Amino acid sequence: MTTFFAILFYLAFAILVVGLAYKIYDFARTPAPLSIPTTPAPTTTTGVAFRMAREVVLFESLFKGNLWIWLFGWMFHMGLFLVLIRHLRYFVSDVPAWLVFIQPFGKYAAFMMVAGLGGLWARRFLVERIRYITTPSDHLWLALLIGIGITGAGMTFVSHVDVVAVKIFFLGLMRFDIQPLPEHPALYIHLILVALLMILFPFSKLLHAPGVFFSPTRNQADTPREKRHLAPWAAQIEKS
Amino acid sequence: MADLEFQIPKYREYPEVPALQPGAMAHSRPHVASEKIQEALGFQGKLDDDWQATHDKAIAKFGELLGKYRSLKVFMDACVHCGSCTDKCHYFIGTSDPKNMPVARQELMRSVYRRYFTLAGKLFPGLVGAKDLTRELLDEWYSYFWQCSECRRCSVFCPYGIDTAEVTMAARHILDTVGYGQKYSNEIIGKVFKIGNNLGLPGPALEDTLQGLEEDVKEDTGVDVKYPLDAQGAEVLLVTPSADFFAEPHIESLIGYGKVFHAAGISWTFSSYASEAGNFGLFDGSYETMRKVALRIRQAALELGVKRIVVGECGHAWRVAYAFWNTLNGIGAGANDPFAIELQKQLDPRYPQPSHICEFTWDLIQQGRLKFDKEANDHRVITFHDSCNVARASRMGGYPGGQFDIPRNIIKAVANNFVEMAPETIREVTFCCGGGGGILTDELIEARVKGAFPRMEALQQVVEKHGVNFMATICAICKAQFTKVLPYYGFNMRLVGGVHQLVSTAIRLGNEH
Repeated sequence: MTTFFAILFYLAFAILVVGLAYKIYDFARTPAPLSIPTTPAPTTTTGVAFRMAREVVLFESLFKGNLWIWLFGWMFHMGLFLVLIRHLRYFVSDVPAWLVFIQPFGKYAAFMMVAGLGGLWARRFLVERIRYITTPSDHLWLALLIGIGITGAGMTFVSHVDVVAVKIFFLGLMRFDIQPLPEHPALYIHLILVALLMILFPFSKLLHAPGVFFSPTRNQADTPREKRHLAPWAAQIEKS
Repeated sequence: MADLEFQIPKYREYPEVPALQPGAMAHSRPHVASEKIQEALGFQGKLDDDWQATHDKAIAKFGELLGKYRSLKVFMDACVHCGSCTDKCHYFIGTSDPKNMPVARQELMRSVYRRYFTLAGKLFPGLVGAKDLTRELLDEWYSYFWQCSECRRCSVFCPYGIDTAEVTMAARHILDTVGYGQKYSNEIIGKVFKIGNNLGLPGPALEDTLQGLEEDVKEDTGVDVKYPLDAQGAEVLLVTPSADFFAEPHIESLIGYGKVFHAAGISWTFSSYASEAGNFGLFDGSYETMRKVALRIRQAALELGVKRIVVGECGHAWRVAYAFWNTLNGIGAGANDPFAIELQKQLDPRYPQPSHICEFTWDLIQQGRLKFDKEANDHRVITFHDSCNVARASRMGGYPGGQFDIPRNIIKAVANNFVEMAPETIREVTFCCGGGGGILTDELIEARVKGAFPRMEALQQVVEKHGVNFMATICAICKAQFTKVLPYYGFNMRLVGGVHQLVSTAIRLGNEH
């Protein structure tokens, strides 16, 4: 099993990194030929950075759009964020003080995350409009994420796993020195689901994470009269 | 309205979201452009007889656009089906057709994107909602992408800023490419290419109209207000939607523009070559079309030697002028290439180029160069309808949101009775009139009437509460659309008018300044 998980995680990591890098490169190389910020929009780069920060941290547009989706979506993402930070301890030999400090928050954030996901999933059944636009993969993503959350929280609060051994396994992976992974069904499920998420990330709607930073309606400053905005392919037209 | 074939939505006591009625608007289709119309724009004349050929061309064009437009590429990938946009579109609110929910409209295109351009869609189409492009699906594109007015309201509420307008433009561009163009928009673009304006008014007709106008204004006011055409060396070139030259109530604002120039003592001119501010190239997002239309204004400006370019009351025209002209034809600032510099060194850098007529007028008001008899507008109780493309795709003045304040400031400077409609229907979140973006054609009247519903509902409230009898707006399409649909909701068609119509009523033309 140890070998299986070692290979799985090397593979998942490679696909996640290469896949995401390619998608980010693809977004970045595609020109935005026209100035299309959704106005009123900031007129300075600093202003754009603040707008983007509000979008990414507070989900500003979603807040304007729908309070329920915002509430559940924000709970899930912030919960996930704290949980991810907490998991850093499995990848560093000496846990710094701030990471120790974050530990309890990270532990209980799992509940916030799962509750948020539950709310989002409920909406996919209960609200007619959202039911209409939901695809099977939307359900599967929620199932996957809830699965990760419940198995993870389960190991923290119900059936403990030898976390020191888990840490040694992952530190080993990072040094190409495979160490035994503890035998624990919840751990196996948890890790398989996480690997699956990593593998599917670059091919799925999870691309909204890098995508938002490249969204021209959000990342452009509103300066079309002050600056000439010309894509390379558009400049070619001018020469002909 | 006895022969009405559809029901007008009923005003709601509470703003409930309508229950879905799948297929409610599936029958809505604009007339298809003829071969002649298509070919004048450089598009294929008609659909190939062989579906496979159409299919391949559509997918090839889709791929090309994905490589040229980051907006399209990111918007195809980023949607998570969260549902924030689902109740934001005026066409959805008015028709209850789920495919008029922005996400579902995008999904018509995204399903094809997934099938042909993503691994997941190639391997597991059913799982991720990927679909082969079929003739039926292309027909659905034609139906539903012509029920979007590219108003960008959905983009305000999307956590990733996905703008359905960009998706609609791409879909329409693909439809055009395969010979499935829309008659209304493409016929009009052809007229601009050939004659210079959307209405196909040739120079002499324009001259006649303007002369008649001068006589009317003289009779009305006793003052010789000039409406010059092709006046070499004028300070300002005014480019306005051609509807302003003859349509009601548009012409009332055009009269107002002339009075502002007269009162301020600034020389100005129209151009017979560039007699159209509207740029229907925006509606299918065709960069080449949009550029070709915009280049006429560049040429007119160079030939007439003007120092300033001002744009009349028009929504999408102002979007193209404000946000795209610098890119397309070099009217703007900050260029370092010979093409743009040629024009930019001629234009007066002390003013924003181009300027909106409202920026121009408001600037004069602030300088104290215009005087008004506000009581002349006392018979009016006025509200203001923010036009979608002005609100969400452009700006006026020096700060974000100036596009909301400046027209209102002008109204308050020329009239005493002004009230706002409900806050959730104005400014950034304003509702489209229902006729923008290439929808303003008779055969789409059902979509137009139903799409106007949210605005009519908000208007009804201020009519009841405050006795509003004038809805001012700064868009030629809004004016034409409301004139047509107001009666369906029991309002007088004359309830709509321009901001410069109000200016026209109150402005002093004598020698006070």
